[in-house]
Amino acid sequence: MNTNALLSGGPLSAEIGQLFWIFVGIAAAVYVVVLAFLVVSLRRREGARAAPPDSPAARHAVRAIGIAVGLTTVILVVLALSDFFANRVIAATPENPLRVRVTAHQWWWEIEYVDADPTRRVRTANELHLPVGRPVQLEMTADDVIHSFWAPELNGKKDLLPGYTTRLTLVAARAGDYTAECAEFCGFQHANMRVAIVAHDPQDFARWYDAQLTPAAEPVSPELQRGRDVLLGSTCVMCHNITGTDASGVTGPDLTHLASRRWIAAGALPNDAARLAAWISDPQGIKPGTHMPATRLDADDLAVLTHYLTSLR
Amino acid sequence: MSRIDDTWADKPGLVGWLSTVDHKRIGIRFVVTTLAFFVFAGLLAAVMRVQLARPDNHVVGPDTYNQLFSVHGSMMMFLFAVPVMEAIALYLVPLMVGTRNVAFPRLNAYSYWLLLFGGLMLIFVFVIDSAPDAGWFNYVPLSGPEFGPGKRSDFWAQLITFTEVSGLIGAVNIITTVFKLRAPGMTLARLPLFVWAMLATAFMILFAMPSVMLASTFLITDRLVTTQFFNPAEGGDVLLWQHLFWFFGHPEVYFIFVPALGVISQILPTFARRRIVGYVAMVVALVTIAFLSFGLWVHHMFATGLPPLGMSFFTAASIMIALPTGLQIFCWIATLATGEKVRFAAPFLFIIGFFFIFIIGGLTGVMLGSSTLDSQLHDSYFVVAHLHYVLIGGAVFPLFGGFYYWFPKVTGRRLSERAGRWNFWLFFIGFNVAFFPMHILGLEGMPRRIYTYPAAAGWSGLNLLSTIGAFTVALSVLVFFVNVWRSRRAGELAPDNVWGASGLEWAAPSPPPPYNFERIPAVRSRDPLWEPGFPAAEVVGLPDIVRSTLVTRLHDAEPDHIAILPDASIWPFLAALATTIMFIWSVFTPWGLTWGAIPLTITLIGWFWPKKDETRRTCAVEVKPDAGDARVHQLREALP
Amino acid sequence: MSSRCPELVVLALSLLALGGCEREQRRFSEPGGSTVTVTTPLSDIRAGGVAVATPVKAPYDDNAYAISEGQRLFQWFNCAGCHATGGGGAIGPALTDDVWIYGKAPDQIFSTIVQGRPNGMPAFGARIPNQQVWQLVSYVRSLSGELPKTVSPSRADAMYFGKPPAEREPVTQPVQP
Repeated sequence: MNTNALLSGGPLSAEIGQLFWIFVGIAAAVYVVVLAFLVVSLRRREGARAAPPDSPAARHAVRAIGIAVGLTTVILVVLALSDFFANRVIAATPENPLRVRVTAHQWWWEIEYVDADPTRRVRTANELHLPVGRPVQLEMTADDVIHSFWAPELNGKKDLLPGYTTRLTLVAARAGDYTAECAEFCGFQHANMRVAIVAHDPQDFARWYDAQLTPAAEPVSPELQRGRDVLLGSTCVMCHNITGTDASGVTGPDLTHLASRRWIAAGALPNDAARLAAWISDPQGIKPGTHMPATRLDADDLAVLTHYLTSLR
Repeated sequence: MSRIDDTWADKPGLVGWLSTVDHKRIGIRFVVTTLAFFVFAGLLAAVMRVQLARPDNHVVGPDTYNQLFSVHGSMMMFLFAVPVMEAIALYLVPLMVGTRNVAFPRLNAYSYWLLLFGGLMLIFVFVIDSAPDAGWFNYVPLSGPEFGPGKRSDFWAQLITFTEVSGLIGAVNIITTVFKLRAPGMTLARLPLFVWAMLATAFMILFAMPSVMLASTFLITDRLVTTQFFNPAEGGDVLLWQHLFWFFGHPEVYFIFVPALGVISQILPTFARRRIVGYVAMVVALVTIAFLSFGLWVHHMFATGLPPLGMSFFTAASIMIALPTGLQIFCWIATLATGEKVRFAAPFLFIIGFFFIFIIGGLTGVMLGSSTLDSQLHDSYFVVAHLHYVLIGGAVFPLFGGFYYWFPKVTGRRLSERAGRWNFWLFFIGFNVAFFPMHILGLEGMPRRIYTYPAAAGWSGLNLLSTIGAFTVALSVLVFFVNVWRSRRAGELAPDNVWGASGLEWAAPSPPPPYNFERIPAVRSRDPLWEPGFPAAEVVGLPDIVRSTLVTRLHDAEPDHIAILPDASIWPFLAALATTIMFIWSVFTPWGLTWGAIPLTITLIGWFWPKKDETRRTCAVEVKPDAGDARVHQLREALP
Repeated sequence: MSSRCPELVVLALSLLALGGCEREQRRFSEPGGSTVTVTTPLSDIRAGGVAVATPVKAPYDDNAYAISEGQRLFQWFNCAGCHATGGGGAIGPALTDDVWIYGKAPDQIFSTIVQGRPNGMPAFGARIPNQQVWQLVSYVRSLSGELPKTVSPSRADAMYFGKPPAEREPVTQPVQP
């Protein structure tokens, strides 16, 4: 799934990783030293007398405490400062970022690429594609409750709050697949709310982007035509949008290019026909509590519907 | 039976049991009840660990799991961790400061019953599928009226009301007892460190709890009577909840941790057979922790997009609190280094366990205090690991050490040393096996509060290991309870000062009589029982036909006057019942407050109504100043 | 204490418990078809004066979660577009009063949603699965204060539109047009 915070996919998470190792190194050293003192202090000679308050041993001990406090202060200041400087790198406003608006819902992610030209705004769901090397700035809000976007291999997390817009920068250093999870408890399916993040070389990204701008693939066979008819005659259109058809619901994920995605149901299932059919007929069995209702279709209708949806690349 | 025994005796039977105001009986009840909640919440955690042991598991569904972790957290924090510390304080503090009861005995009883009823309410709603399900911190909007249908969050908010009232009463009792009822000669500079710790804790409680009462009240009114505190569309703010909650929530973990520091400061010098090194530094450290704890709360909100400069301030404050904590640890090590050779009895094993476990928790706490690191670690299993290392290592281990240490005083018998060793090692090993892997899981990207995870995530092995550790911990707790059960009746008899300790509580018999000290001893140093020729003097002349104790002055502990404490009374129990009715009724309708206030008023009238016999005896011992007394003359002159 | 007290206490607690059980259940999967045709009578006039029994309770009338789902769907499926948020009525009739053109019984409301009605109410039978229609039915009934306050929805995290269903008294007189 590629969610290891210490395996960095970009400069921002690398900065945090570096800071982490500084902290862990110092912490480990402190732990060993303090426990060593503890163990040594316990190894008193049998019959040793307690040192009275004015004795050299007691004064020695007080001086040792003073040194330890001084050292601790220095270490803590060093740690606080290293955090401060690392934070400046993380919090820096990116240069010419690619802007993406993210809206979190219970329990899926709505993604819209911002562009001055309204005809060039890609709308998708649960999947985020990035060009390698260019900073991507997510402008995030939530539609219902508080969520949090966390792609550990690319950066730290940021909450999505109703009534607020928060920002998070992602920079991928090389092409590859990453995963973002929801990291703020948001209800029944908090556990199954993932974003598939795909970093492309810039030309591949442009190709993907242009493909996403096209309307849904027209049915080229009678079977696909029947599949589209089933979709348009059924409950799907109340919530889902497929650009180029009459399905223009806005409360659920956009399905225009469903077949181009790696997963369905916000990362709960891999994207293949069998699992798509299972999701449509029994979403509550896969993600109990999800807002997608069970769609009862006879086997034939379900088959052609699934066939049509898998054609939406 | 002498007169004093008659005066302080409880009535027999069920009525006596319900009407006692003896701080020791109430303290034991508190401990037993909070430990029962500990076990219940622990069992919920066991179910969670079974669910998480394997990926894509179906032991429980998401709705049940959400209730499990919400009740586990709420019960552990509000019904176990904070009250158990107040409980041992309510038992020990009067004994440690050399008095006969807490300052407000009936309020003490009332606060116990309130805690019990609040906890029973939570268990009841859990059984009927109506338990809170939005986490122990109950964030809005998930817990708000639109996304939290039904009454689940309302029960959470009322649980807060029960436990916060109970906690505030305990704090008031502790502060007043420590300030007014100390033995002669026990100046503030001679207070035992546990008493200092409880004083600091009580003040923290006083200032922090109103914040969460405000938050829970706003939530109740939002859900019940259409206020808009947390509704962004009408000018409210979802972050308001987080600020109000964490302004309380951060000090709350210090309500749990600071008393444990006090416990260690009592046990460790006893075993080193030497007074603590740096007493003044220790007191300053405790008070500093109490103050600083109010300046850290935003570190729970580092991911919410607050301005970076503000977050840097809270990073600095969160990191700096390691300093007074570290000072305490250095002083303890210095005490060991200059003391006699330590005998590793069970209480001391748990103290050593504290060092090994808590210090890890404190260091991961410093990591989490860094806002930059926290952006990766927040809301992941790394935090789950950290919080359990500091709470269990930093509070529960010293607590268990305290149980083994003071059990002989409470019951007159020792707990089994052999069982104590099994208890300790199972706990220590099981705890680390259960919780250390969670650091790694958090770094591997496992978020908190998820009811399952996919096999593809690669988290399965460590989760299974963690579950095995959790069951080992459960086993160790079972060993503890078996040890307690058997030792109550058949444990080795213990002398009054079984450990050779220096505190005043060890001067009382084991177990102490209801009045603690027939003659309150005077104190000349910080370690009274180590004074040659202790006690140098004793208090005589306290009337024994009423429940009397000595009030001394705050600044120099010189005797001031005699306080008359109330006799046993059934009214605190009845008032707690009436309060419970009012609180639970108001979950369903705001009129519950209005109509519920009527029975409460009746019970309060009964509470305060003077009893003939008590009044007669009080008047009999009243000493009116002589008419010729100069002070009487002065007062008469001053009157118009 | 009388010897009957303990039994009464247990009885009271059990009733509380059962009430709680039903109210707080979160039922995600329900059996049953996606859409169904209904032949519910829409008025009280019967040939031959024969009384027809109609159920007075919808399946979700006691379930707070289902009613809150109904509240969500009322917005998502744009019922609010004609009936206004909170059901006060705009180009569609008010749902908060005691005037029910096509009947106020649960299965009558169900059939209204599923079949559609003249003058603008669309037929949602093919578009909304049964379970969600029943959630909407219970929500609509809560709008006129029919349902207990403990299950009716409280205010939404939205702009204020008047008292939420949980604070409305049942309307007994029809509101004058």
